[in-house]
Amino acid sequence: MLSENDVNSDIKQFQEQRQHSGGQSFARELGRFDQTSEPGQSRPAHDNQLLQTLNKLGNKRLDKRRKEAQRLLRENGATFNDFETSDTSRSWQFDPIPLIIGREDWAQVEQGLVQRAELLNLILHDMYGPRELLAKGLLPPELVYTHKGFLWPCVGLLPPEEKYLNLYSANLAKGKDGRFWVFEDFAQPPFGSGYALENRIVMTRSFARLFQDFQVHRLAMYFRTLRNRLAQLARHNRAEPTIVVLTPGPEHPLYFEHSYLASYLGCPLVQGADLVVRNGCVWLKTVSGLRQVDVILQRLADDLCDPLELRADSLFGVPGLLEAIRLGNCATANAIGSGALQNPALLSFLPSLAKELLGEELILPSVATWWCGQPREREFVLQHLNQLIIRPIHPLPGLPASIPGRLNESQLAEWRQRIIANPHLFVGQEISSLTTAPSFVSGQIEERPCVLSTYLTAKDDSYVAMSGGLARVDDDEAKLLVAQSGGYSKDTWVLTAEPKKEVNLWRLAQPDQLIEPLLGPLPSRAAENLYWAGRYAERSEATARLLRSILIKFREYSEFRDPDDRLSLEHLLRALTHVTVTYPGFVGEGGRKKLADPRSELMSLARDVDRPGSLRSSLRGFGQAAYIVRDLLPTDAWRIVDNIQQNWNPRFSITQIGSGRLHDSINQLLVQLSAFSGLNNDNMARETDWLLLKIGRSLERALNLIALLRATLVPYFKPSMEAQMFETVLANSNSLITYRRRYRSFMQLPTILELLLCDENYPRSLAYQLRQLERMIAELPAEREQSQADPDTLLISEVLATLRGSEPKALAQLSRNNDCYPLLEELLTQQKDQLERLSEALMNLYFSPSLVPQQLGSARLDRAS
Amino acid sequence: MRFRVTHITAYEYKDAVALCRNQAYLLPRQTPWQHCLISTLEIDPQPVDLRERLDPFGNRVSHFALQHAHKKLTVTAKSEIKIKTDPERFAAANRNSWDQLIPQLRSNKSPEILAALPFLYDSPLAGSSSALSDYARPSFPNGRPLADAAMDLMSRIYQDFTYQPGVTTVATPLSQVLKTRQGVCQDFAHLGVACLRSLGLPARYVSGYIETLPPPGQPRLVGADASHAWFSVFTGDAGWLDFDPTNNQLIADQHVTVAWGRDFDDVSPLRGVALGGGEHSVQVSVDVERVSEMPT
Repeated sequence: MLSENDVNSDIKQFQEQRQHSGGQSFARELGRFDQTSEPGQSRPAHDNQLLQTLNKLGNKRLDKRRKEAQRLLRENGATFNDFETSDTSRSWQFDPIPLIIGREDWAQVEQGLVQRAELLNLILHDMYGPRELLAKGLLPPELVYTHKGFLWPCVGLLPPEEKYLNLYSANLAKGKDGRFWVFEDFAQPPFGSGYALENRIVMTRSFARLFQDFQVHRLAMYFRTLRNRLAQLARHNRAEPTIVVLTPGPEHPLYFEHSYLASYLGCPLVQGADLVVRNGCVWLKTVSGLRQVDVILQRLADDLCDPLELRADSLFGVPGLLEAIRLGNCATANAIGSGALQNPALLSFLPSLAKELLGEELILPSVATWWCGQPREREFVLQHLNQLIIRPIHPLPGLPASIPGRLNESQLAEWRQRIIANPHLFVGQEISSLTTAPSFVSGQIEERPCVLSTYLTAKDDSYVAMSGGLARVDDDEAKLLVAQSGGYSKDTWVLTAEPKKEVNLWRLAQPDQLIEPLLGPLPSRAAENLYWAGRYAERSEATARLLRSILIKFREYSEFRDPDDRLSLEHLLRALTHVTVTYPGFVGEGGRKKLADPRSELMSLARDVDRPGSLRSSLRGFGQAAYIVRDLLPTDAWRIVDNIQQNWNPRFSITQIGSGRLHDSINQLLVQLSAFSGLNNDNMARETDWLLLKIGRSLERALNLIALLRATLVPYFKPSMEAQMFETVLANSNSLITYRRRYRSFMQLPTILELLLCDENYPRSLAYQLRQLERMIAELPAEREQSQADPDTLLISEVLATLRGSEPKALAQLSRNNDCYPLLEELLTQQKDQLERLSEALMNLYFSPSLVPQQLGSARLDRAS
Repeated sequence: MRFRVTHITAYEYKDAVALCRNQAYLLPRQTPWQHCLISTLEIDPQPVDLRERLDPFGNRVSHFALQHAHKKLTVTAKSEIKIKTDPERFAAANRNSWDQLIPQLRSNKSPEILAALPFLYDSPLAGSSSALSDYARPSFPNGRPLADAAMDLMSRIYQDFTYQPGVTTVATPLSQVLKTRQGVCQDFAHLGVACLRSLGLPARYVSGYIETLPPPGQPRLVGADASHAWFSVFTGDAGWLDFDPTNNQLIADQHVTVAWGRDFDDVSPLRGVALGGGEHSVQVSVDVERVSEMPT
């Protein structure tokens, strides 16, 4: 293996030989001269000032604040993981010491980034247009034609005056000489800007004191410019364009950022199936019908965007999207096909392309990169395999990361073979010797290598950079340069001379301008998930309440061994199976045995996440639905959702069932669930989204009450048991106190039915739920010209009329053989069926049941002669 | 030679399709040797958003959509084509040896060569490999004139491979076709394209039709034909030369060219995405009818 000095002299020699040969060129020397100096010796003044403040704070307090910040990030959902497969989402690790960049340093970086964005945009225009760079020999054709990001259907997609590149992101390394170097360019959904913002918000909350000594640029300006830019991209309807954020969905590791951006920019967050192309335009399915979409901020990989013309197996895209763009009826940012830039092999051609296209030298150099598509560069890379980072020009599945210096002989041979087989698919990149930044990741302040992701958006004819970015530190330079995530993220402060200016996303109205309120369209998918969030929240609550009643009874029986307690416990257990629909449970096969010792079945209903009907599975359903609409929920409400997911993970053995611990957890859960609904009641505007959440809740509450009453009140009990049973039902419905106040201590079925079924003013009664449903359904948007009422309106009046026509006394009529109350049973069954039909009607009306897309192909060719 | 071609594709669905968008490569392009006199696309039920444009390779591509519930979709492409190939084209392509052409692809930036480069590199269905290069190599000894070499490759594919419908699908990789030595015209066309690319020559996949003549004494069956495919190789100054490995012939006046691309996926005759529909069946019929040349 060569020593580092040998590599350096080899690189130098290589450069000298290639100086006048055109083609690839390599900026060099990422500040290696500074290797002997002690870290921190030449620390800039602002870093010293910061460290002084931090020292005053002390490591202990710093660590406490760091933990708090970490908790905030987690609670806000800044997760890098997926909600589906794991209930404990992992968040970014947070380093509370910001990366500080001085005003003058930043000015140069920004200028360099803007120049680079302009250059890359011109390259894209050429690639998808005349391809003169190929004709002139400035760009080898393999770099374009063999790159997966270059999509033929996107050739000529945009007219020449439109920008392909509206968003751009570059990863920078700071060399020991203090200069910034680019080691990666991103054009296809550049991510991280949302995380940068989130870091800043958490930083200002947990470390407000640190900001006092510095004038730090705010980040909001960037997002404001981005939103203006997106609005400008609209080709029709420019006054009030509809902009949506297109995400692959909650399974995507960056879904947090997608929903965060959507919420911050005030745009609906949508998935491919929420959009449809009709009449050459893109439409969003909303609860009030189709709404035309003018601009899409797309967070999908380019090749997944349109299954008709791009990858046919994509389930995420919108069939016909490219044609709608060609027709000029919709625009995306970035333009589909921009991923062709995400090619590290371009790095070495940028200096000559800058001269050709801009007539300028590159302001920001790229880290030296050798593209193996040319023989001399290939030779060089093969000779120095273990001193360079090897990157493929586009992601290749199953390719291990190449971490220089750590490849053993057999790995080296594999890499060599891989490169020789397809040299044009690989580059070698110099492993940069990074400057370090003060970090707090292991309980004390230490120097760590650091890289910075920067974000730009187009503005008018040029670009502007976010004054800041997402910095990452890690123990290991190579890992930092190779991996996209991992390590610790930190806020980035760009210093300014001006005092802070409050900039936010609000536009200033002209003095005489009257702003029309604009109700954003509620996408059908969001509507559906709000409805289900409401239903699952209520279902969780009902299950939790019943579990709690059972635990109380269980303890009573354990203490007093009263046979009547035993009987009513068994009735409650059977009711639990009915209410949660977890048959056979306590009623079907094996029910006897479970009634004798209910503990393991109870445990399963409390915590088996994969058992539908269990408390934990309902809570997960709640969490998943809420996650999809988190951009619509009040921030604190989301925090509760997250807390519930974190907390409700009972790890008890069944012997503890009667001990009270489970009881306490359930009490805590019930408080959190009512806090969730309380927050929504207090904070959400009475618009469609709130209505759907409430409709889901009321409908579920009605259904749960019906199931409970059917299981507990329909069978006849002997008088000694009856009172106990009635009391439990009332307690379970939180109604014991109200009942006592109203009817004193006479426990009678008709009065109980009066309260729990018929009292339209009592929030726990069935009639109340139905009245609420009727009122809220009337407020839902109606799409059509109303000549007759919608099925949902008809159904709810029907079900309410039936209930109003019932007389509690009549319902409490015993059957001939004195074993049940048949009229009550009949009414409850009828109400249940009608409510289930209502739920279906709502789905059909507002949630547009999505049809399964399928590919149509030509028949197989089989022509012989 | 003049032909009237009718290409009918009929889909039937078990359930209604609510919305369906399609892309068709069914209208024949113009070529130096082929003139498309008439071409129409009839779609039943009545489509919306029907629009024709040229793709980056100069093919005619049609987009259309059906926005109302339907259980059947019939697409009928009718065209009338006049073909007159240049009898000298083979000789012209033979002036260069194949290995003389390869360095020119890199150094010469003529518009013809630049336009051929997109077909030099691997595409999803026609990628190069050392196995393919080994297979092709005996036809390409150093210094052999290009047209002779390509002709030889075509004949070897014709002799070595059995035409066998039903053993391959669109997804069958070439490595398997090379192993089993069976397939249909599409596989043989891809095989030729990928062999040529493995040697460093630009090659394209051509989609079209061929006139079939009934066995002596039998009437011609209307609609019994099918779409066809073959490969084409870039020969430098003499342009592109097309070979039909399924029939072992240089394409001549019986081959109607519809479109060309890097492989089948670029020029699939009809492609669509339907919402709903459940199971579907598809029926294709093609009729290539020779018509008398009217004095004009």
